[in-house]
Amino acid sequence: MTQSVVVQVGQCGNQVGCRFWDLALREHSHVNKKGIYDEALSSFFRNVDSRRRVGGSCDITGGRIQSLKARAVLVDMEEGVVNEILQGPLRELFDSTQLITDVSGSGNNWAVGHWTYGSAYREQIVDQLRRAAEHCDCLQCFFLIHSMGGGTGSGLGTCVLKLLEEEFPEVCRIVTSVYPSAEDDVVTSPYNSVLAMRELTEHADCVLPVENQSLVDIVNKIKHMSHSGKPGSVIKKDSAIISGQGGVSGAEKPFDAMNNIVANLLLNITSSARFEGSLNMDLNEIAMNLVPFPRLHYLVPSLTPLYTLADVNIPTRRLDQMFTDAFSKDHQLIRADPKHSLYLACALMVRGNVQVSDLRRNIERLKPMLPFVSWNQEGWKTGLCSVPPVGHSHSLLALANNTCVKPTFMELRDHFTKLYRKKAHMHHYLHVDGMEQACFTEAISSLSSLIEEYSQLDATKDRLMPDAARLNIAT
Amino acid sequence: MSIVTVQLGQCGNQVGQELFEVISNDANDTQRKVYSECSSERFFNETANRELVARSVLIDMEPKVISQSIAKAAKFGKWRYGDRSHFSQKQGSGNNWANGYCVHGPRHEEVVMDIVRREVENCDRLAGIMAMMSVAGGTGSGVGTYVTQCLRDAYPNSFILNHLTWPYGTGEVIVQNYNSVLTLSHLYQLSDAILVHENDTVHKICAQLMNIKHISFSDVNKVIAHQLGSVLQPALTGDSHGVYNRNPIGELMSSLVCHPEYKLLSVCNIPQVSSSSMAYSMFTWPGLLKHLRQMLIANAKMEEGIDWQVRAPSLQPEGIERTRSHRRPGFNTSLANLLILRGKDVNNAEISGFQDPSLYTPWLPADEAFSMWKTPVPFNKYEKSAILVSNSQTLLRPLDNMVGKAWNMFASRAYIHQYTKFGISEEDFLDSFTSLEQVISSYNQL
Repeated sequence: MTQSVVVQVGQCGNQVGCRFWDLALREHSHVNKKGIYDEALSSFFRNVDSRRRVGGSCDITGGRIQSLKARAVLVDMEEGVVNEILQGPLRELFDSTQLITDVSGSGNNWAVGHWTYGSAYREQIVDQLRRAAEHCDCLQCFFLIHSMGGGTGSGLGTCVLKLLEEEFPEVCRIVTSVYPSAEDDVVTSPYNSVLAMRELTEHADCVLPVENQSLVDIVNKIKHMSHSGKPGSVIKKDSAIISGQGGVSGAEKPFDAMNNIVANLLLNITSSARFEGSLNMDLNEIAMNLVPFPRLHYLVPSLTPLYTLADVNIPTRRLDQMFTDAFSKDHQLIRADPKHSLYLACALMVRGNVQVSDLRRNIERLKPMLPFVSWNQEGWKTGLCSVPPVGHSHSLLALANNTCVKPTFMELRDHFTKLYRKKAHMHHYLHVDGMEQACFTEAISSLSSLIEEYSQLDATKDRLMPDAARLNIAT
Repeated sequence: MSIVTVQLGQCGNQVGQELFEVISNDANDTQRKVYSECSSERFFNETANRELVARSVLIDMEPKVISQSIAKAAKFGKWRYGDRSHFSQKQGSGNNWANGYCVHGPRHEEVVMDIVRREVENCDRLAGIMAMMSVAGGTGSGVGTYVTQCLRDAYPNSFILNHLTWPYGTGEVIVQNYNSVLTLSHLYQLSDAILVHENDTVHKICAQLMNIKHISFSDVNKVIAHQLGSVLQPALTGDSHGVYNRNPIGELMSSLVCHPEYKLLSVCNIPQVSSSSMAYSMFTWPGLLKHLRQMLIANAKMEEGIDWQVRAPSLQPEGIERTRSHRRPGFNTSLANLLILRGKDVNNAEISGFQDPSLYTPWLPADEAFSMWKTPVPFNKYEKSAILVSNSQTLLRPLDNMVGKAWNMFASRAYIHQYTKFGISEEDFLDSFTSLEQVISSYNQL
């Protein structure tokens, strides 16, 4: 069994991370009734005997759970969020050494996060990462969680990404990036996002882009459903993907509902690596199957069902509805419509009581409606995990490598260009040691060439591409 | 004589466990002592405490499946796997053939071959080694190919049979066609025979013949195990004089694989019905054999939906060369066939339909192309079973599709960077494509 380490950077990264740990504990406590520290738990948690203080706590493998510590490194350049964690019910999960903080924040400035704090805290960060890695028997993946629009998550987060590639080149890097909404109140977010995009394109193995606006829409949809008062519309307790009920934390805070969605995304992606199933899908298989060309590694996530209704009977029709929903634009975590763009590859990770025949049937049914690139007409990667998430009997996570990310990137480029043309706010960046004009031009050119790669693939979309001529064998 | 099985990857281990289960049930089920003893000796080792330990080595690059297989086997207390007969690592091969073949294979070669050697030494006489794996993933395909290479080097005079499971055409793994092409091209040089089951075919059998509503991989694996078991369980060959055949693998090879260019074998086993209808079904040998023959000729993978319009070409009078232009479209030409009959009244079965020279390619004499084994002992609760192991054009179309799709993807160089980073170059891909085009061309010309 492999382990993964979560690196949460910045305010958004830490708030999402916090929800992730809460929901992960909830999920494991649901499944692990006997309190034994098993392989599944060890993928994200260490089991320590916290009475031993000499040389730090020591790890116990197997046996009863004593004290769980998260395999995480928390980084933030202002103290507010991390302090809240340390005072909240999750405080036992983290050793003080796992937290790296500063006081004044990055002022929404990518350059400050990346260059100033990046160099100041480099050693400390590498140290903590090494320590987390050493506690792992077999480290498979780093999950980086951050936002793109701010200063710390965006700047320092991408600096950490570079460090991960340098120090641990063999370990997969999966980045969950929260992209700013259109009405973002941070003026410089286009700069921060584009500067970060370049790093993501160069150094990440996979990126799961998430847009705040989509999360808001999903939350509203669920709230609307639960308050609509229609008969038969009572949502089963604990089952909405925005619900944190049953977790350790107390009252819900703002953004909690949205962050729960992202936390559920991470739980579902790692489910097959943690629990058993008839067709396992490990984390390294995700990058292998979904990334046909090294730079095109942006995978659009969609989660279904959003909730389960309280009437328990689930006929096959509901199961099929789950598959259909996964491709509808309401369930995507960025504002995009993959059905009308070109699929390069698609992964379906199913959890719960679903058999391979159900999977086959739905793929056959949905295939004609989904345009796939000519050389990957059957570009489906499937996984079946037997353990469903809390509150559901089954669920589906779809990851699509699809050209529908292009409009999102083009919008980003437009916002960037509007500011850049006027050189607005640039002096804040160029004042920072290590930052140069060239960083801007390289970043925008990287984004443009990425958009160009997607465009070229799009151009093949409705054209009938002939099969490549086969090799001729002398008979 | 005994067979040592090497189970590789998730599929190999899951199917392997079902296979031993079927064999153990079949051997226990029967009143015939000689049959049971022969079957036991072939597949199990009896320990001092009268326990049956499977002659099997379980290999995987991640631990979950092997633990499950070992637990499942031990559950009913009839047989179990050896305590030290498995090897696993923590992290899988990521569906990457290159990772399996270039990294995991060499890294763990010594340990794996050690376990195999211990199992081989436990046999009084080794009939041959059967490696079971899928071709779509990373471990079964990549590590499996490497291990087959090691087996060939370590046991140059033993028979090596590779049992392959081909994935669903509509994809379980996106790079499955690359992994399949790389595996098949290498195995063609290393293996003595390649016996293939296709998930698509077995799935249809489950759906249409056995009426299973929600088909799971467990159902699919049980059917594969039933078919494979029916080939390998003891039977009487033509010249064995009332004694069960000593070496099923060797005899399979000599009956079916007479030319190194033609190694692909497929299996048909009828009847295949749901367990609830078994009690009400009556089958006769003429009925079964008629269906089986038409299935062979019309390239039908199961009893339903057989195209009865397809006929064998009429025989030319003596002295006129039979050429390919006389073949009817849709007709499946065989190189060689092995018919295995198990069950009641087996000696009354009329099999001359399979000796018809028009079924076979002209350059092999018909009496060399056809062999038969039989036993009056019924197999796995079926009163009568007719099994056909065939070296014919049956797998030509699936193989061609697989190579075509892989080639299309290769033309755009999609995913190639994932392989080159572990040491497989574009030249290696081209070599593999070339070998398989050669195999396709050979089968086309049968």
